[in-house]
Amino acid sequence: MIEMQAIHKSFGPKQVLRGVDLTVNSGESMVIIGGSGTGKSVTIKCILGLIRPDSGRILLDGKDVEEEDRDAFLARFGMLFQGGALFDSLPVWQNVAFRLLRGSLKRPKAEAREIAIEKLRRVGLTPDVADQFPAELSGGMQKRVGLARAIAAEPQVIFFDEPTTGLDPIMAGVINDLIREIVVEMGATAMTITHDMSSVRAIADKVAMLHNGKIRWTGPVADMDTCGDPYVDQFINGRAEGPIEAVR
Amino acid sequence: MNSLAAPFAAIGRGTLDMLSLIGSIAIYAGQAISHMLRPPFYPREFLHQLGLIGWLSLPVVGLTALFTGGALALQIYAGGARFNAETVVPSIVAIGIVRELGPVLGGLMVAGRVAASIAAEIGTMKVTEQIDALTTLSTHPMKYLTVPRVLAAVVTLPILVAIGDAIGIMGGYLVGTLRLDFNAAAYMTNTIHFLEAGDVISGLVKASVFGFIVATMGCYHGMNAGKGAQGVGRATTAAVVSASILILASNYILTEVFFSA
Repeated sequence: MIEMQAIHKSFGPKQVLRGVDLTVNSGESMVIIGGSGTGKSVTIKCILGLIRPDSGRILLDGKDVEEEDRDAFLARFGMLFQGGALFDSLPVWQNVAFRLLRGSLKRPKAEAREIAIEKLRRVGLTPDVADQFPAELSGGMQKRVGLARAIAAEPQVIFFDEPTTGLDPIMAGVINDLIREIVVEMGATAMTITHDMSSVRAIADKVAMLHNGKIRWTGPVADMDTCGDPYVDQFINGRAEGPIEAVR
Repeated sequence: MNSLAAPFAAIGRGTLDMLSLIGSIAIYAGQAISHMLRPPFYPREFLHQLGLIGWLSLPVVGLTALFTGGALALQIYAGGARFNAETVVPSIVAIGIVRELGPVLGGLMVAGRVAASIAAEIGTMKVTEQIDALTTLSTHPMKYLTVPRVLAAVVTLPILVAIGDAIGIMGGYLVGTLRLDFNAAAYMTNTIHFLEAGDVISGLVKASVFGFIVATMGCYHGMNAGKGAQGVGRATTAAVVSASILILASNYILTEVFFSA
């Protein structure tokens, strides 16, 4: 279980998070929605320790993440980055097996390659992709490789940062289905940030809306359309008119 | 009153920014050294960087040394002729190349090539979230990216400069014998006779320090690149400029240390 308690974060004079409180139960798929620049990515990066919050606590299974051993802590996570964030200098299979080729999870090279090819197959890519370089792949294929890398070491918690941004609707649907299948199959806890409503409906068990640095509403995805919150209503229906200013 | 104070405020702000930059570079360099001494190590990355930084810089450093050695021989001959001291050409060329021009010009050429490429590569990795990805994959960016590059530059620059020294002396020899009518055997004898081990060693120590500066500046500015293509461009320029200035400044300090007595 991940618990965020009163997380604040500012960058210079700009207050991005103003007291985020959020709980994600184990095995649950939580999707955070919200407009651009509302602090969705910062929220995830705070959990991963990529950004240190100014105040507040983050607990993983009841333990403060600040006090945990960093390597052991990170070994429990996988993340799919918005642009894939694949390492250009490494072939696809070494990207996927990156964690398995070094550090505490190190395996023999042949075994790591085998696992990488198996994970690539799981995301719908053929083994011949393994020896190509990321720059040779299309955007959709790069996302799939990123997804394969995120699940390669069987993490307990997986983060997805805008998983469908920049993809055509069909490829976005394929990625959404893959994420849903993989999360269910692995029994992992998932946390996704997106403003693509088709992703929300495909992936989420629960939804949280972030607005103005705070969680505005949270609840099961089935209640989203009838929650009665004007901010959520405006966002999910994509209306220019409403309490959320169109120009931010 | 405000308009009178404005220039002083600007100078103060600039000074504070500069001090803050020097402080953060010093902390970064200290962290790099500290990570060099603690596992995990990435020998494969180190070997890869040895090739990129060392081997691929060889043509640049070699050509620079060759032409500098030749020009130096012409200058010293022309200057020496004013007081009938043309015979000092071989020894002054050798001492000048080995003590000063070899390490400094080699360092500056490598700064242009290597600091820029490191800053651009790491800066691009930063803006495309590859550095964050490394961290989430339990790999410390300082250990995986900075340490192998800094270590490779510290090791390869003295080797490059040693080869450059030999090529530079050869440049002087070619101009001396083919253009200035020096006797080939006498030229070589004079070169070797007047050159001391301390001249060579001081130059190689300088080269090692310059290697540290070049790679550290490339990594620091890459890691701190701003957003987008403009951020990477600025980081690349800043890496080359700061590495070049630091090479020249540290060269003066090292020369004081080695030769002021």
